[in-house]
Amino acid sequence: MHRIISVLLLAFSTVINAQDCSFKFTGSILDQHDDSPLSRAIISIEELNATTFSDERGAFSFDNICNGHYTIVVEHAQCKTKMSSIKVKDNTTKILRLEHHYEKLNEVIVSGSGDGFNQTVIKPTLSQEDIALGSNQSLGAMLSKVSGVSGLSSGNSIIKPSIHGLHSSRVTIINAGVRMEDQEWGAEHAPNLDVNQANSIEIIKNASALQYSGDAIGGFVIIKPQRIPIKDTLFGKARWTAQTNGQGGSLHAGMTKSTDFGWYGSLEGTFKGYGDFEAPDYILSNTGMRSNSVAAVIGKNQFKRGIELKYSRVENKIGILRASHLGGAQDQLLALNSEVPLIIRDFTYDIDRPKQEVVHEILSAKGYIKSRVLGKINVRYDYQNNHRLEFDIRRGSDQNKASMDLSLITQSISIDMAPVSNWFSDLKLGLGGRKLQNSSDPNTGVKRLIPDFNRYDLGAYVLAGKALSDDLALEFGARLDYSHIKAFKYYYTALWEERNYGSIYPDFVIEDLGTQTLTQPKFDYLNPSAALGLNWSLNAQSTILLNLALGARNPNPSELFSEGLHHSASRIEIGDLRFTSEISKNISAGYRFQNNKVTFSIHPFLRFIDRFILLEPTGVQQTIRGNFQVWSYRQANVSLAGMDLDARVVLNQDITLETQCALVKSYEVATGTPLINMPPVNAINTVVYQNQNLPAFELRIESDHTWRQNEYPNTNFEAFIPESQSFELVDVSTPPDAYHLMNLEIRGQLKNLGKSKTILSLRVNNCFNVRYRNYLNSLRFYADDLGRNLLLSLTTNF
Amino acid sequence: MQTIWGAIYCCPSQQTFNTIMIKTNNMTILNKTNSIFNSFKSNNMIKFLSISSILFLALSLHSCSDDDTPPEQINEEEVITTLVVTLTADSGQAIELRSQDLDGEGPNEPEITVSDNLAANTMYVGSIQVLNQTVDPAEPIHEEISEESDEHQFFYTQGGNLDLNTAYLDFDSNDHPLGLAFSLTTNTAGQGTMTVTLRHEPLKPNDGTLSGAGGETDISVVFPITVE
Repeated sequence: MHRIISVLLLAFSTVINAQDCSFKFTGSILDQHDDSPLSRAIISIEELNATTFSDERGAFSFDNICNGHYTIVVEHAQCKTKMSSIKVKDNTTKILRLEHHYEKLNEVIVSGSGDGFNQTVIKPTLSQEDIALGSNQSLGAMLSKVSGVSGLSSGNSIIKPSIHGLHSSRVTIINAGVRMEDQEWGAEHAPNLDVNQANSIEIIKNASALQYSGDAIGGFVIIKPQRIPIKDTLFGKARWTAQTNGQGGSLHAGMTKSTDFGWYGSLEGTFKGYGDFEAPDYILSNTGMRSNSVAAVIGKNQFKRGIELKYSRVENKIGILRASHLGGAQDQLLALNSEVPLIIRDFTYDIDRPKQEVVHEILSAKGYIKSRVLGKINVRYDYQNNHRLEFDIRRGSDQNKASMDLSLITQSISIDMAPVSNWFSDLKLGLGGRKLQNSSDPNTGVKRLIPDFNRYDLGAYVLAGKALSDDLALEFGARLDYSHIKAFKYYYTALWEERNYGSIYPDFVIEDLGTQTLTQPKFDYLNPSAALGLNWSLNAQSTILLNLALGARNPNPSELFSEGLHHSASRIEIGDLRFTSEISKNISAGYRFQNNKVTFSIHPFLRFIDRFILLEPTGVQQTIRGNFQVWSYRQANVSLAGMDLDARVVLNQDITLETQCALVKSYEVATGTPLINMPPVNAINTVVYQNQNLPAFELRIESDHTWRQNEYPNTNFEAFIPESQSFELVDVSTPPDAYHLMNLEIRGQLKNLGKSKTILSLRVNNCFNVRYRNYLNSLRFYADDLGRNLLLSLTTNF
Repeated sequence: MQTIWGAIYCCPSQQTFNTIMIKTNNMTILNKTNSIFNSFKSNNMIKFLSISSILFLALSLHSCSDDDTPPEQINEEEVITTLVVTLTADSGQAIELRSQDLDGEGPNEPEITVSDNLAANTMYVGSIQVLNQTVDPAEPIHEEISEESDEHQFFYTQGGNLDLNTAYLDFDSNDHPLGLAFSLTTNTAGQGTMTVTLRHEPLKPNDGTLSGAGGETDISVVFPITVE
């Protein structure tokens, strides 16, 4: 394989003949718009492997050049790379002009810098400042501020993003180029990453970002790290927060050093610590949390080639509301009937059982090289190690042992290219492979929630953009993913036989061990996906977007293999080996309008998901602990439709109004039954007051209204309650009432030294200490949501 | 492409990937490859692509035992499979109330047996055993309950046409009721159900009712009882 590549490359390289080689090639690099000089541009002569920089006047020179034809590549941090053919004959001078400030235009125009994809969907982005002011938050909490994204939560320390009601395995999180593999199938498994490591966060609300994966039928969260310039500089950031609810805070600091030669290094860390949080009337006992994270990067970036090594580690220790840990139906009924949590203790910083402890490490090694024909070629290897421990209330010598000890090791390799093309303004190809190894430590003494398995993935994609005219641009992509999973699973023999798996999968059985049967399920999936999008600039102010996306997702290990009591949900869950991939067909449209007074965007969508895997109650099971509700997974065709709306109106020089609203409806096609856990309609309206005399001062008054979810499946059941010796209705489906929260924020920039920029912010959440429960919070059965919180934060960039 | 396929297809074992070993492999193979390419014009592109091909190859050459050893079956020490309540009268007659669910939370329902009918107007001394019979010999979980008496309490409730009185005979270290030992006095004849409930970490002291005590239900068995 090496030989084939080297031969192909030689075919493209030019051979330089021996000639008179004493000439100078000089010139200037200027800005195309106004002819101002561009310093620190990198000028390379491809054939000679020679590189030099332009000085303050934009001037550069090469000595001892032979006569001949050369390819000159000029690169500049804020410009689009320019390639030119020049002819050197005796001493030659050339002026080369670059398109400066290109990066700012990137948002509006569809034409390539390689990163210009996904321009045919409305793509909300959180900026560095948004992230800095949300330094203490989890990713899920921060994203729930974006229209169309809600937080699916289990208490306020475990929040995961739900995009139009789809979450967990249906949302792919790309963390600095690495696809997060951290047991995201679990509804109470929040993503393990530190938002402070992000420079920006983009949200794509459908499956069209095929360069990352083909199975994100809910959408993507793309976390982008900071871009480190090639110049001699040292810069850093520090963020400190403190808050009343939880009586804790966070601290983050990071430093980056880069040099002219291209070497750079960066180190950052975060610590967060909170005690029990509070609802308006009582302490939420055992809801404290601790989190720490560290990230280090070292690399060398020389425009034409680069290499980087990165390590990050995030550790979270999260307390789960003590009162939410229950036995079966009779305990659930007691909890539901109680106005307050059944266990309320005094405030403490201690985190006791039940709790989760998760460590996620990522080690990435990547390199890139720019070639004339193949464009920029990126190669990367990533190693992820996710270790999740969940502690329940146990008895005797097992008291301090975890009930779940899951280890997931993921390795991935990928090669991505952005070749230069005459027909397409952007072209991107890639190939990647991944290997997952999941195992449970049997020392827990608790039957595995998901079995030990290995999974191998292989994916290839092609994306292309084409400007059809000045106003109309097209984007399309295609992707194919292959996946093979091999697991070892101990089934309850009674279930194996009840489902008749023995005759459907006779090869899977390894050994009959009495009450349990050892099996080795093996499955293969081949999933194609595709996307087609249009971006039409009606005029300087308006854009229309249209996007069609086809995605396909394999069943996750919980959907395939679940078969037992899911303690935190207080119910038995049963998967199905016969599941096939979900296929999603999505149509999104967008309209965006912007002038100097008004910014407005509306984003309706319609999605059909065939063979959607849903979870629903199917019965009640008797055990020695009493009755437990049984929920089973089932595949059915569903449809979703919704709309997100964002608007910003500048009333006058001091006052701006912002509004955001999202709505989604979803049903099972055959029965018309609504899907569970769909976000209710939500609207956030904000009045922003600024004052010209005070720099970066802002007063924000925010009204956050959530309507009651009126469309939900009926998952109630009757259980025998020994105390009353009768059957009673356990209502686990009725959503809570609508609620309205007022939030206030005052922020300002402090007078500071030198180049640093410091912002101080005081935020009051739930100003009126309103009692409310959130339909998407699984702890809504047991306790109210958070009461008032005063949050002070200081963020500085230096 | 064949070797790459092989690289990704292998290694179903649960061994951790050894990145240090890969780097060592890289060095020796890189040296060999460099000498091969010496005859060609040295080119960054070639170096780069060869390093990336090496990475692919190295993964395929990485020694991984094709491990088809199944993981061990988990010994669930804590699972309660069996509740045995022995009611002994003064006369020496012993009646056994038993609930046995050998697959724990599995689909099989518990088997509930009552060895005999109770006699009216009789006082019985009840003694409770809680077992894990998925292991042999059976694990005596009632011993752990007794050791953690502060965190456990049994409750006895009745329904139907029964008229029974129960009282606690054993207590925890704070003199609050435990209930591994209890007394049961029958009055008139009748038929109904008696439910034995074990609560883990209940509120102590409590008002003696299931709703007042809270905690988590670890055992809840309904026995059909006839008093004659």
